[in-house]
Amino acid sequence: MRKFIFRILSVGTIPNHIAFIMDGNRRYAKKHNLWADDAAGHKAGFLALTSMLKYCYELGIKCVSIYAFSIDNFKRRPNEVQYVMDLMLEKIQGLLKEESIVQKYGARVYFRGNMTLLTEPIRVAAEKAMVATANNTGMMLFICVAYTSTDEIVHAIQESCNNKWVGIQEANGSIAWNQAIGDEEYQLEEKAIIKLRDIEKHMYMGVAPDPDILIRTSGECRLSNFQLWQTTYCLLYSPAVLWPEIGLRHLVRAVLDFQRHRSYLEKKKKQA
Amino acid sequence: MKSYKALNLGKLRYLAIVVGSEEAYQTSKVIELLQWLEAIGVKHVCLYDMEGVLKRSKEAILEKMSNTTVFQEADENDKLLDQKHMMLEFVSFSDGKEAVAKAANLLFAKYLTSNNSSEDQEGEIFTEPHMTEALRAVGSGGPEPDLLLVYGPARCHQGFPAWRIRYTEIVHMGSLKSMRYGSLIKAIYKFTMVRQNYGK
Repeated sequence: MRKFIFRILSVGTIPNHIAFIMDGNRRYAKKHNLWADDAAGHKAGFLALTSMLKYCYELGIKCVSIYAFSIDNFKRRPNEVQYVMDLMLEKIQGLLKEESIVQKYGARVYFRGNMTLLTEPIRVAAEKAMVATANNTGMMLFICVAYTSTDEIVHAIQESCNNKWVGIQEANGSIAWNQAIGDEEYQLEEKAIIKLRDIEKHMYMGVAPDPDILIRTSGECRLSNFQLWQTTYCLLYSPAVLWPEIGLRHLVRAVLDFQRHRSYLEKKKKQA
Repeated sequence: MKSYKALNLGKLRYLAIVVGSEEAYQTSKVIELLQWLEAIGVKHVCLYDMEGVLKRSKEAILEKMSNTTVFQEADENDKLLDQKHMMLEFVSFSDGKEAVAKAANLLFAKYLTSNNSSEDQEGEIFTEPHMTEALRAVGSGGPEPDLLLVYGPARCHQGFPAWRIRYTEIVHMGSLKSMRYGSLIKAIYKFTMVRQNYGK
């Protein structure tokens, strides 16, 4: 049945990149009176994630990004933060196993965010997972941890500045620099040294195409500092369902919506 | 409509309206929307369209709206307290990414100066508060809207300055042509009922 639905969807354009804000794990736990409070909600959330990744893979979505842990989430109760970190470590290590979803779908994994905010075991595991999947040519999976857009933008600017500084120092030593100092055009360009393309190159999400659809569950209508820069032409979809309860029908609805508005969004992109 | 009479606008300090640029030419519709917002009691509105059509229609809009002033960074503190006036801000795509690039150059200038001294200032220059300050310095430092209403075919913020929509509720209203007062009230009412955790 699913194959049939996907075949119908494939008649239209399939989005390149779908982003997910997986909201509602804690509410799900409360709703179902789960004994281990939020922890069980996050576990259920992980199962929902594996289903959604499967559907995205089968539908031919080239890139998926998920808001796994925001820098803001460090403000949560220490118990919960620790639990989520432990769960994350367990799941990242699981990615390296043969039977993992990532290996099954040939996905290439990218961890994106301010990794210095994470503990060493997680950083090491993440690095291992990225190396292990570096040659995979299937779906690109971006796992955003210790991420916020505002941090991403500041970090990209800092990297751009560092790079420019290195470039200036190198040029200082060369003859070309000495000649250029006299060149008026060069001096004018000096005034706007950091260009937009420099910043974009250094964004954590720089290697990903911009998302076509962003799905945030639990009916919440905000981006909460996720991919604010990249969602200029992105369709925002906010189904009321809690994340652990998300299903195929929500993905289908989002893709149909995208197909309906594609020509409008393409037109806007061209006008920019 | 009766149940919406007790509209608590306390939470709605700043409202943004995103309009598709083709629809933004319908100045009379924009004015009508602003008049509705004024009647509801919204005091601070930011008008956005990608191409800056609304910016160019600023004079025409202000002419029809009595008791309205334009948002200026300088008088931010004075005017925000002035309850009699409605304050309007006009924003377009160039106030987003391009403004960030301009602000980046301000930070770069600071960085170059610090590199000439012996102290390691990098960690103190590249911070989010400094970025906010730099954006203000280049003229793109308006407040963060609490609520953003999208009038257009799709629910898409169309490049509203990223720095300002971290926790903004984004609601799709349909086309400007078929806008309804009831839908507007409902959207604002629903907003006042939302509870945010801010990540906690």
